[in-house]
Amino acid sequence: MNEENDAGHGRSGVSRRNFLGGSLAAVAVTPLLTGQAEAAETASAPTADGVSQVTVRAAVNGSPVTLRVDPRATLLDTLREQLDLKGTKKGCDRGQCGACTVHVDGRRVLSCLTLAATATGREVTTIEGLAQGERLHPMQQAFIDHDGLQCGFCTPGQIMSAVAMIDDEGGARSDDEIRERMSGNICRCSAYPRIVDAVRDAQRVMR
Amino acid sequence: MRPYTFAQARSVREALRDAGPDTAFLAGGTTLVDLMKLEVMSPEHVVDINRLPLGGITLDQKGLHIGALERMSDVAADPTVREHYPMIAQALELSASAQLRNMASIGGNLLQRTRCGYFRDVTTPCNKREPGSGCSALEGINRGHAVLGTSDACIATHPSDLAVPLVALSTVVHLASARGTRSVPLDTFYTLPGSTPDVENVLRPNELITGITVPRSPWAARSLYVKVRDRQSYEFALTSAAVALELRGRTITTARIAAGGVGTRPWRLTAVERALTRRPATPATFEAAVSRAADGAQPREHNAFKPALLRRTLVRALTELRERR
Repeated sequence: MNEENDAGHGRSGVSRRNFLGGSLAAVAVTPLLTGQAEAAETASAPTADGVSQVTVRAAVNGSPVTLRVDPRATLLDTLREQLDLKGTKKGCDRGQCGACTVHVDGRRVLSCLTLAATATGREVTTIEGLAQGERLHPMQQAFIDHDGLQCGFCTPGQIMSAVAMIDDEGGARSDDEIRERMSGNICRCSAYPRIVDAVRDAQRVMR
Repeated sequence: MRPYTFAQARSVREALRDAGPDTAFLAGGTTLVDLMKLEVMSPEHVVDINRLPLGGITLDQKGLHIGALERMSDVAADPTVREHYPMIAQALELSASAQLRNMASIGGNLLQRTRCGYFRDVTTPCNKREPGSGCSALEGINRGHAVLGTSDACIATHPSDLAVPLVALSTVVHLASARGTRSVPLDTFYTLPGSTPDVENVLRPNELITGITVPRSPWAARSLYVKVRDRQSYEFALTSAAVALELRGRTITTARIAAGGVGTRPWRLTAVERALTRRPATPATFEAAVSRAADGAQPREHNAFKPALLRRTLVRALTELRERR
């Protein structure tokens, strides 16, 4: 948890936006290896350590990407290290904390337990893909308005999880239901009361 | 993670053909990727089966058919499942987190590995992970461990919530391998640890779960899954009960009961079922029947509360079901 850019905790909107969304510039992902022949999606070529790499063609935040990945690489590490989308956070890396939550084909999943090699043909959305230009997603805005965080490390995962809970799963009918349906996102600072406030408010705006 | 080769299959035949020695089939990955990172599992070859045509949730004369690649969240949300088999939907919704339920497949859920901390820690002895190395849980931190179906070699709890109502309802698992297809009752699909806790089921090498059938169970419309755990959400069971009751007036005509969190496999409670059948649905009947629930239990230092908690969990489920109209 030692990312320099994640320390923004001031009162200004700018630092909050950077904090919540990572760099907006990162949305425009340069497709790698475009123009490569339509080889079999799993075409493998051995590398130095004997592991054959896998070609992945997916859409990340609306942009097509073609990547060569180690078959062991998680979607989380691939987003962060290959695509420089560091808004998605590596918390437990064991599927227990929810910090790495992203959307795959519109559904919230854990990118730490998703192999990048399985992502061909999928649409991946990260926290960097939520805002419309300079306009924050209502859920991002609600987390700012309600101060739904302390250290903020879990926040991208909380926001991605909450957005899919509403858009993909029909939303929550009560605060208890918000708590239940957001239970896969752990907040070590225990900012839960304000997270619930933010999700409740954003749901009203999103509907 | 140890190196492995990777392939994506588009049909069952292709997946079976791609499977060689030491192959793992990858569906949701919520168990496999986790355990590969911990190097508890280190297959040489991984076959991604997510594009196999193994979906579908249908109800017909024979019962409820669920494709192995249906995701937990989709089965839990299915109107047919919710109406005719509510305890299946409840067990799914009380499992894991929303993200994990979106990922994990039904076939994978039935094959998920135990949460025993020693199994997951490669620096400690574990007969399930490394046969013959010993069981660290016998004299270790065993609060979450099993009290039924245990052996001197292993007391690891079966972790699945879903498998508990499925066992209660005599579910059948459909399997495919290069040798053909077969169907096995879920209750006998799971094996007891005995002296070989590394063997958990009758699945043969490179055999694939293609789906399950839950027989027509009119009594399952009145069913309930109750889960008791250390926190209210996103936690494995200390005890759980899957209970289906058919009542005629005040008399119990059919009872189907299984328990989770207490056994080395999902635990059907046929003695409790018999003690309920053709008796009035009263507290006295319930108390008498559940007195048999933990027959043969072998509690350890930290899980001695489980037999009593199991009996209370069952009474709660039975009482709630009786009061439901």
